[in-house]
Amino acid sequence: MSTDDTDADDIEPDGADEETQSETVGDDDAPLLEIEDLEVHFTPGGLIERALTDKKVRAVDGVDLTLEEKDIVVLVGESGCGKTTLGKAALGLQKPTGGTVKFRGQDIWEAKENPRQADIEFTDIRKAMQVIHQDPANALNSSRRVKAILADPLKKWRQELGPKEREDTIYRFLEFVDMMPPEDYADRYPHQLSGGEKQRVALGRALLMNPDVILADEAISALDVSLRVGMMDLILDLQETFETSYVFISHDLANARYLAKRAGGRIGIMYLGELVEIGPPDEILQNPSHPYTKVLRWSTPTVDPDIARKRINEEPPVRQVDVPDPEDPPSGCKFHTRCPEAREVCTREEPELYDDGGTEASCFRAVADHEYWNSEELETPEDGFGSAEIGADD
Amino acid sequence: MAMSQADETETEADDADEDIVMEVRDARVQFGMSRGQAWVLNDVDMDIRREEIFAVVGESGSGKSMFASALMDAVDDPGVLSGDVTYYPREEEDTNDQPTTDDIGSFDEVGDNSVDVLGLDSSELQSFRWEEVSMVFQGAMNSFNPTMKIKGHFHETIQAHNAVLSERMDHVYDLFEALHLDPDRVMNSYPHELSGGMKQRALIALALVLEPEVLVMDEPTAALDLLMQRSIISMLRELRDEFDLTIVFITHDLPLVAGLSDRIGVMYAFEFIEVGDTRSLLKDAAHPYTRALLRSVPSIDSDLDSMQPIEGARPDPVNIPTGCSFHPRCPIADDRCEIEDPGLVSVDDDHTAACFYTDQARSELEYRLDHGVVED
Repeated sequence: MSTDDTDADDIEPDGADEETQSETVGDDDAPLLEIEDLEVHFTPGGLIERALTDKKVRAVDGVDLTLEEKDIVVLVGESGCGKTTLGKAALGLQKPTGGTVKFRGQDIWEAKENPRQADIEFTDIRKAMQVIHQDPANALNSSRRVKAILADPLKKWRQELGPKEREDTIYRFLEFVDMMPPEDYADRYPHQLSGGEKQRVALGRALLMNPDVILADEAISALDVSLRVGMMDLILDLQETFETSYVFISHDLANARYLAKRAGGRIGIMYLGELVEIGPPDEILQNPSHPYTKVLRWSTPTVDPDIARKRINEEPPVRQVDVPDPEDPPSGCKFHTRCPEAREVCTREEPELYDDGGTEASCFRAVADHEYWNSEELETPEDGFGSAEIGADD
Repeated sequence: MAMSQADETETEADDADEDIVMEVRDARVQFGMSRGQAWVLNDVDMDIRREEIFAVVGESGSGKSMFASALMDAVDDPGVLSGDVTYYPREEEDTNDQPTTDDIGSFDEVGDNSVDVLGLDSSELQSFRWEEVSMVFQGAMNSFNPTMKIKGHFHETIQAHNAVLSERMDHVYDLFEALHLDPDRVMNSYPHELSGGMKQRALIALALVLEPEVLVMDEPTAALDLLMQRSIISMLRELRDEFDLTIVFITHDLPLVAGLSDRIGVMYAFEFIEVGDTRSLLKDAAHPYTRALLRSVPSIDSDLDSMQPIEGARPDPVNIPTGCSFHPRCPIADDRCEIEDPGLVSVDDDHTAACFYTDQARSELEYRLDHGVVED
């Protein structure tokens, strides 16, 4: 991975950007983004309830993740697993309750709270990290033309540009995101664009800042199936041009695989606030170590009618279908209440990420000589539905 | 009113050996827009067979939800629905398991028992929609009244239809069992106390409380997690078998229905362009659009390069292309496709496609299904 900031200028699509690049130089050897033991805990309820209870929702609970230059990580998990909160905390949009997030070696919350001691200013960090949201229809102001939507960030951050240069920049970026002819699209309102076009405007707007990292939160799943591959290809092409790193958030393994495999990135699987397995897409899909990854793999529908018809009668590879209450997560390994492989030790001891050859997985089964193998097996509840739900929200 | 026009329909003879529960003929929905008349359902003909699971697959803006609304005469106001929708109740000898009080609907049933759905007045429609054809909408789990326990929703529905409460509640318990719900707990909960998957299953039970023949579901699993989605899909097949239901399942997600449905109808530009037995349609699709759609579906097994987006833009409802509506995006279209509308023609047993060049499409336009790597 290159950490040389000047090489971006050679293919710089937007010649006036040198200072954005050079401003953000921190520690040269430090990775682009380094997340260590990150925790985001929320206290549910109102004021009084908060005072009386020590219940906490551990939205993100002890996550380590490193993102290099031109890197791609796709975070996959069920709703409520904390993948969006992790993304927000990584970009400085959500203050963590524990752990650190470092951008090129600079702690981003330090930069915000003690600007004088910071090597990189917080505004530069935020500029270098952009977001694309799930629903493109809500991300664009419906009463403003595309031109005005794209002019806003330029007016704020690139004040040296005159009106003509600004217009040229907007047209050039519309071309980057395949919206031709740009003059035509620039004059439209969001309602005159299709879903895919709106998402491309949002992508273009994020790229205008020439960011180092883009967080794409379910940016693909709102699009029609026939457009998804095209949108993913566009994002990956632009990664080449702009040398941007991406953190994708998705609930769909098929999309995750496409992105991670095309770009040589990684897939991270999240469960109840923890990263339970991370590795290259082929290893994650073909040789998963964590039982939860296997569950996600099993749940992903296949379009082959023969296989699909056979699978529809299979029992899911979990002991309970529903996710436990995040306010009251299980002890030990958080997956043990649903895990088909869980043994007694999993109910009391918490696994960490172990290297399992191809991937890293937080499961004792990845450790050959762990006491797990001599531990007693857990009983399987009769009906994976009823019993799971009784405990879920009493 | 309520006269069935089925006798005059030319396809009647072909269908004689099939047990049809709903018949749609020339269904058309138009909206007046400032730019002109928009057609969001374009002369659709379709037979829905009794006790089948029929999947309607299409991308956004293909008219699939409009088709669902047309089945129940529930098209929203500026839209005007014309054509015929006919419902055939079960023959008397088949209904021995139904209490007779149930069958005396308030709508007129003429000699041959068929019901002209578009001719029902509003009170007839109200009972038709719950007692004969019921619907579960997209995101409908949020339509529960948040201040009312689940039990209250069931009681309200049963009483509004003048059914016997205790009798219906016995049925509800059967439904809950089939849907793996704990009746005592769910009934006494408020909607916010239940997970999304539980709410959606409770809603399916509510839709079935008056024992309809047909259940129409519009993206019923869209907001749910993968595992819950798959579990509900498996339960739907069990429900169909246990309660002799007909299910019309509307979705944009082709893999979701590959294992569920008996037949699939693919919609493009507000009409069906290919209809067939699930296996035949997925294994050897005959329409260029279906083949392109199958090629564009991101999958976890296929080769990356075998996944390709569909070129071109989806059609504008105000300005649907002439001839075959897919011709501007079709790689094998010629002059004929620009002028002539192909209409659905038979390509295999129980498999029709609206294309002049199905043989060429099948030999020239490649797509691959998953390799089917079986995990342990």
